[in-house]
Amino acid sequence: MRLRNIAADFRIVSRTYFRNPVALFFSLVFPIILISLFGLIFSTAGSGSVTLVVVNEDHNSHASVEFLAALNNTHVVNVQVVSVTPKNFSSYLGQNDYSTGLVIPVGFQSDLANRTPVNLTLYTNPQDASSAGIVEGAVQGVAAYFNLQAVCAQKTCPPVVGYTTAYVGSQVYKYIDYLIPGLIGFAILTSPMFSMVDIASSYRKDGIFRELSLTPLTRAEWLTSRILWYVALTFVTSGIMIGAGVFLFGAHVTLTTGMIPFLVVGPFFFVSLGMLAGSVAKTPESAALIGNIITFPMMFLSGTFFQVSSMPAGLQAFARILPLYYVIDGMNQVMLYSNASRAFTDFLVVLIGSIVVFLLAIRLFKWRDE
Amino acid sequence: MTAAIEVNGLVKRYGTLAAVDGIGFSVPVGTVFSFLGPNGAGKTTTTEILEGLRRRTEGEVQVLGLDPWTDGRELHQRIGVIPQDFRFFDKITPKEAIEYYRALFGTKVNPGTLLEQVELSDKANSRYDTLSGGQKQKFGLALALTNDPEICFLDEPTTGLDPHARRAIWAVIRNLKREGRTVFLTTHYLEEAELLADQVAIIDRGTIIAAGSPAEIIQTHGKPARMSVEGSPVLAEYLRMNLGASAVVEDGKISVTLSNKGDALKILTAIEASGLPWTSFTTTHDTLEDVFVRLVGQMDEGALKSQGAP
Repeated sequence: MRLRNIAADFRIVSRTYFRNPVALFFSLVFPIILISLFGLIFSTAGSGSVTLVVVNEDHNSHASVEFLAALNNTHVVNVQVVSVTPKNFSSYLGQNDYSTGLVIPVGFQSDLANRTPVNLTLYTNPQDASSAGIVEGAVQGVAAYFNLQAVCAQKTCPPVVGYTTAYVGSQVYKYIDYLIPGLIGFAILTSPMFSMVDIASSYRKDGIFRELSLTPLTRAEWLTSRILWYVALTFVTSGIMIGAGVFLFGAHVTLTTGMIPFLVVGPFFFVSLGMLAGSVAKTPESAALIGNIITFPMMFLSGTFFQVSSMPAGLQAFARILPLYYVIDGMNQVMLYSNASRAFTDFLVVLIGSIVVFLLAIRLFKWRDE
Repeated sequence: MTAAIEVNGLVKRYGTLAAVDGIGFSVPVGTVFSFLGPNGAGKTTTTEILEGLRRRTEGEVQVLGLDPWTDGRELHQRIGVIPQDFRFFDKITPKEAIEYYRALFGTKVNPGTLLEQVELSDKANSRYDTLSGGQKQKFGLALALTNDPEICFLDEPTTGLDPHARRAIWAVIRNLKREGRTVFLTTHYLEEAELLADQVAIIDRGTIIAAGSPAEIIQTHGKPARMSVEGSPVLAEYLRMNLGASAVVEDGKISVTLSNKGDALKILTAIEASGLPWTSFTTTHDTLEDVFVRLVGQMDEGALKSQGAP
């Protein structure tokens, strides 16, 4: 083994590497993006307080108000009392992006005085585990404090204040239930984006667009056929994901026709966006780079794996300018929370965005040269 | 004869650089026109302007009576193009590609017939990425014929092909001409142009430096035909004295310029009459390639001088 040969080859490898923007992106920029994104997403766990929405059915009794004040005094939760019937509370939380909620039942004060066990209901969102953990800890702590304070003749007293847990959303039981709409959104984003960015630049480089420009096929027709292909592909992928979720993991998913608009408009948007990104780039390498820069923040910040409401306020505001957020939120609204009006708004946002991006892509992507 | 292509004062500038600098030519219907030039001379730019793929800066261009840039869509229905290094979707077969183009152009061409015409029937169901270079070019040629074009633009269709594949493409080009189509052929192979073209134009540094039939170009720009014979300097002197011919001795060979066909007979008679020993009698004349190399070489020298090179 000769060191000189290894050194010579090492130089070639390093030159090739440093002249490849995609390789540089994945090894140098991507780790920074990942650490920044995850750091920002989970930074709420260590700082600030989690909003805990409360329905107080004990009509502001002294004990219930004291219980809530004690929760507030922990400084890890911020109690926000609302007037919603307990029956609709779970849906209310889901539709309003709240991760945690608490119901104090009727008779809380009298039960406490009589040492009759009383159960609070704590709602959490499995997609926002950090908030769930914080709130559960706070409720447990305050309940323990109230149990200690309760007057008791015996040496060991059974606890009076307890709680049962439930998940946010009308029919939601598990993390997988939340994950399915997010993962469908993930597929809607990544499959067309990565492949269209590549196609837009490599077809231009290989002269395939030039070849097609000599036929009666127009750019709009070509792009429309791609959109239709990815819409079809999205239906198949969604079917596979829902099937796997239901049959392998026992997920509970509401299959509704309300999903269809998002499975159509999502690929419409991202095929057009991929084409646009690929068209503005001069080389396949820079196209891939632009594609990654657009795609990666959306992958993690649009509610794919973590609920947007669990992120810091700044990131939440950023998430709301990401088109994938509206696709996933729309699907969450129809599949989990039965909130058609909000889903319709989400749909309109994506539809208008798609039309704008489609027209821009058609305008900027050239078959032939000036 | 009606012109299929008419070009006058064509200019294409990229910034201050004129890639094509005021060229003009005409291609009659049903002929093979070969456009020659060294790399970077402006061949592909001109071809792409004619095909409607590139916008011209100045000048008049008419292809089948249409402006290629503004009437591109209409023109593309009537022309067929094989670009340099024809590429297609990797996983698509020639048969599928022709069916695709047939649907786009709305024609009723039979893929089998077309593939037979370009001698690719045996690869009808092979994917593009499994084909050899020659087969890919034939694939491109078949696609270019799907819309039954009046003009075929073939941009270096035989570059990189083996001699057998090149000859197969030549046969297809001859056939296109027989069918009455106009062929616009750019090539690096001068022999190809000489064999196939009715008219030739040589472009260098954006201007046309010679045009006409291959024979006319050779006659105008080539050296006269020469006869050579292996013999002694004494024989050379004898020929100079008796014929007044310019006999030059190079590497043991006597070379004599022929002014007309009859000269060869006179020289041979004189050699025989001299009684001096001789062998290996041959006649040579310039090919299109010789003329091309000389003309382009002169342009290069001129350019160097104008740049102040020694």
